[in-house]
Amino acid sequence: MLRLPNLFRLLALTVLIAFLVQPQWFEPLLRPLVQENAPAIYNQGSLLQLTLLHLRTVAIATAGATVVALALAILVTRTSGAEFLPLSRSLVNIGQTFPPVAVLALAVPIFGFGEKPTLIALFLYGLLPIFENALTGLTTLPQSIMEAARGTGMTGRQRLLKIELPLAMPVILAGIRLSVVISLATATIGSTVAARTLGEVIIAGLQSNNLAFVVQGGLIVAVLAVLIHDALQAAERSLGSRMGR
Amino acid sequence: MIEIEGITKRYGETTVVRDVSLTIAPRTVTVIVGTSGSGKTTLLRMINRLVEPTSGKIRLDGEDNRSLPGYELRRRIGYAIQGHGLFPHRTVAQNIATVPTLLGWDRARIDAKVAELLTLFQLDPAAFGPRYPHELSGGQQQRVGVARALAAEPKVLLMDEPFGALDPIIRAKAQDDLLAIQKHFETTIVLVTHDMEEAFHLADRIAVMDKGEVVQYATPAEMLVKPATGFVESLIGAGERPFRLLAIEAVASAVEPGTAEGEAISSAASQREALSTLLWSGRKALPVVGPDGVLLGKVSLDGLAQRAAGRS
Ligand SMILES: Nc1ncnc2c1ncn2[C@@H]1O[C@H](COP(=O)(O)OP(=O)(O)O)[C@@H](O)[C@H]1O
Ligand SMILES: [Mg+2]
Repeated sequence: MLRLPNLFRLLALTVLIAFLVQPQWFEPLLRPLVQENAPAIYNQGSLLQLTLLHLRTVAIATAGATVVALALAILVTRTSGAEFLPLSRSLVNIGQTFPPVAVLALAVPIFGFGEKPTLIALFLYGLLPIFENALTGLTTLPQSIMEAARGTGMTGRQRLLKIELPLAMPVILAGIRLSVVISLATATIGSTVAARTLGEVIIAGLQSNNLAFVVQGGLIVAVLAVLIHDALQAAERSLGSRMGR
Repeated sequence: MIEIEGITKRYGETTVVRDVSLTIAPRTVTVIVGTSGSGKTTLLRMINRLVEPTSGKIRLDGEDNRSLPGYELRRRIGYAIQGHGLFPHRTVAQNIATVPTLLGWDRARIDAKVAELLTLFQLDPAAFGPRYPHELSGGQQQRVGVARALAAEPKVLLMDEPFGALDPIIRAKAQDDLLAIQKHFETTIVLVTHDMEEAFHLADRIAVMDKGEVVQYATPAEMLVKPATGFVESLIGAGERPFRLLAIEAVASAVEPGTAEGEAISSAASQREALSTLLWSGRKALPVVGPDGVLLGKVSLDGLAQRAAGRS
């Protein structure tokens, strides 16, 4: 279906890929942002490779945050785990309120420079939206459906896997989407501790007073965030519409 | 057979169901009525152990219902609730197949059962099987809810206000369908309602609950003639009593010898219908014919009046 918004997304994706593969094509556009002689296109590494590494870091951190946050949400919504709700909430909240920069600063002495401190910072920062959404999804299921599930003779595990998780999935996905978008932007600061992310491009621009670098690093992250956000939202919608929401 | 013996349920200090004992005969319809909050749902849910009793015992065909895990017990007992509780992310066919799938039936047997039930409930399997619940009308959703409850051929079907969300016309049809299906599968049905009309229409026996206790357990006719307490009497509605009495009996049992003028009435019609025809047509008596069209006698205004007053 090529309606206007989809056409726009396709265009954004095409331009992004073109820019990552053939950045030289866009040189004239960025040239006005730099002084004579300065390079307009990032020249200290491959933009494509940095983008893929950036995405990889975000994917690993979000996957970890999803597993842990979802497991916690499932635990505290069982009768046997209800007492852990306040504790889990505080832990996850601390993860969110503690600034990622501070996490980096604390993690570097332990894990050294590179990807690890960034993964930890993103993981902690990404827990809260997933946890809270999963909690909402799992605790607001319609009473009559839950009663019917019990009445048909499903065990606790069968109810969780066949009824609760599928029904809560759109809300859980929304939490993951939020977390991914936050991580995509936050991952750039990982380059301050030598993680290979698109932050490198921005930092290089700041150090050499090259506005073109800052703009291209920022724009790639922004376009990635918008495209991934939209794709996940479309997945949620198609799940939700099947259930008549 | 369901034997409920001295069942009590307390939540903290409050007793919700108090020392209830009932014996429910196989292949009958028992209706539990009472005002809201009288403990009907709690009593019903103790049969399939969605609620565990504080004390007392329930036996199904002689076997204590605690002799197997709750989830296995519930796979053997049909359960249908108000608002149907269909799983919105599963198709109609998948919904109906829920319990057979849990029991591990093979694919062919499940498919055959789903098709049989959909047909029985007047839903075309090819058209309705693949649909999602939100694509059905309220009446259709309710039928699928009952079909799901019956899918594993349970001997016992528990129903908690199953027709509560339906409008009156669809509701009457659903009640008649239920009776037909009960005959077809020979299911023992225990149904909760707060609608007396529904209770008298469906029940072989009625249990009236008041503040957690069963104050009367009797056939509809017994209850109308001899309400055990003022509460039962008020629940029946004093003004409605004579008509209810006529509504639960067929013309066949009110036939008098002799004959009358005018159009005949079937012996299978209710006495209430006969009374209505008598009053509307201004006659004193109607000829009665059997199912084969043979004249059986007459039914008279005087005779019905006697019966309505509970004097026959
Ligand atoms: N889980 C529960 N905890 C505490 N009280 C309950 C619980 N379930 C039901 N009750 C109380 O028990 C009483 C009877 O409820 P219920 O069996 O649902 O009545 P009915 O179905 O006749 O309306 C109500 O006052 C209700 O508030
Ligand atoms: Mg109730």
